[in-house]
Amino acid sequence: MSTLTNQAIAGFDAGFDVEKIREDFPVLKQNIHGKPLVYLDSAATAQKPFAVVDAIRRFHEVDCANIHRGVHELSQRSTASYEETRSKVKRFVNSRFTNELIFVRGTTEGINLVSSSWGRKNVKAGDEIVISAMEHHSNIVPWQMLCEETGAKLRVIPMNRSGELLMEEYQKLLNPRTRMVAVTHVSNALGTINPVREIIQMAHQAGALALIDGAQAAPHMKVDVHALDADFYAFSGHKVIGPTGIGILYGKAALLNAMPPYQGGGDMIKVVTFEKTTYADLPYKFEAGTPNIAGGIGFGAALDYVNKLGIDRIAAYEHSLLAYGTAALTAIPGLRLIGTAQKKASVLSFVMEGIHPHDIGTLLDRQGIAVRTGHHCAQPVMDFFNVPATTRASLAFYNTFGEIDALVAGLYKVKEVFA
Amino acid sequence: MVDDLYQEIILDHCKRPRNCHSMADATRQADGYNPLCGDKLKLFVKIENDIVVDVSFVGSGCAISTASASLMTESLKGKSRPEALKLLEKFHELLTTDTAVSKDLGKLVVFCGVRDYPARVKCATLAWHTLKSALNGEIADPVSTE
Repeated sequence: MSTLTNQAIAGFDAGFDVEKIREDFPVLKQNIHGKPLVYLDSAATAQKPFAVVDAIRRFHEVDCANIHRGVHELSQRSTASYEETRSKVKRFVNSRFTNELIFVRGTTEGINLVSSSWGRKNVKAGDEIVISAMEHHSNIVPWQMLCEETGAKLRVIPMNRSGELLMEEYQKLLNPRTRMVAVTHVSNALGTINPVREIIQMAHQAGALALIDGAQAAPHMKVDVHALDADFYAFSGHKVIGPTGIGILYGKAALLNAMPPYQGGGDMIKVVTFEKTTYADLPYKFEAGTPNIAGGIGFGAALDYVNKLGIDRIAAYEHSLLAYGTAALTAIPGLRLIGTAQKKASVLSFVMEGIHPHDIGTLLDRQGIAVRTGHHCAQPVMDFFNVPATTRASLAFYNTFGEIDALVAGLYKVKEVFA
Repeated sequence: MVDDLYQEIILDHCKRPRNCHSMADATRQADGYNPLCGDKLKLFVKIENDIVVDVSFVGSGCAISTASASLMTESLKGKSRPEALKLLEKFHELLTTDTAVSKDLGKLVVFCGVRDYPARVKCATLAWHTLKSALNGEIADPVSTE
């Protein structure tokens, strides 16, 4: 290994056997266009280990039944394993109660649930909602829709050229009209880790609530909603090596109890007559209809896998990978990293002089390297850095230092084509 | 590498796009935008007696979209409006179907490889979609260069 590698892995956890881990991920064992797959798009979705695939398969083959209310054996088994995931999530994010954890389709639905249910009841004309300059569209558009509907105003915390939020500017935005501060924990386009604890504290001091978009944080670091004192925290199962279509909205029980239901239907009621319906208690009040049972069970298996490895060890290993990747990419002439915050996780977003990201993406794909190119659902971020798009390599704990080397070699080949 | 997509002529037109400037006396213009890629294009067309006498573009995009715009401008000059629309149709067929390559396409056949990259078809067609809206649109006032 190069000197860079040695520097990056100083203090590195020797027991973290990435080759053994890779054996658990069937997708990784394949060639793409004749080259071994180098999967660097985990920020879009993470790959799934056998444990997750098997849990979903087992549900369909052995336990399949609808959950809740069924008195027969299969329904009881399904209910038990689906609800067991809620308990696993409780430990994963350190919430006080399982009934503060609402199953949703993903982060996007979690945010929409809050903006619709809490927002319509609590936000009126003249109120203000604060978001940041580095939000994913899913933490911009729901709030914009709420503002349009209510006459509230959307305020945006600016950032500096490194992709760090300007906290003094944030302080200036807060005022008695501020109702909600909705900010991402980790930026999907830049990789910035935001000081969310401080952001939440400041929101509370101003009398506002805080919602954290945890989609890019939950896979890469210990999330403690209790220590953060977050009012709402949303994340997706599929980015934490679980299946798509399942995610979590955490909300403080008092807030959730005071909110009207998001959708009406089966499972979210106690008593229904044509005159009046009494809603179910938390968390079911917000879970209308048959949920993604298989997804929920697969999500539980994903959390087991992550816990077995240990989220802190995962974070440390990924940090070494990121440091190595940052040094390696910065050394490529004509390459500019977009997002150079002091504190970052998992994301290497960049542009190359004279070469459009889509051409980079296609040429890397031909070498078996999967990266994402485009605006990453963060068009305001692209506008801020005055680029139409970036190429983004995003890391997970199953990536290797060798794969970073492959990316670098791949980028030199791209440069040759456009030389 | 990837010779079927990034052919020499495409790379050449990407690095040195032809007719890449605005046009003060254009009779029509249209904007093309590909929100997924962020590719932007402004197309200028000068039509006299229903003949495309000049065409140019400005914008930013990937190699495929820039080369496509550049080669498109070259292939349009002197064509009547109906001929230009017919060419557009043939080009679209080239990218989206497995039908035999039409001889009328000339140099444009270099984009044949794009059909194997479904995610990139939109890059190659951006200029042509913009052309369609320019040709079908109302006659614009001459474009200001200010």
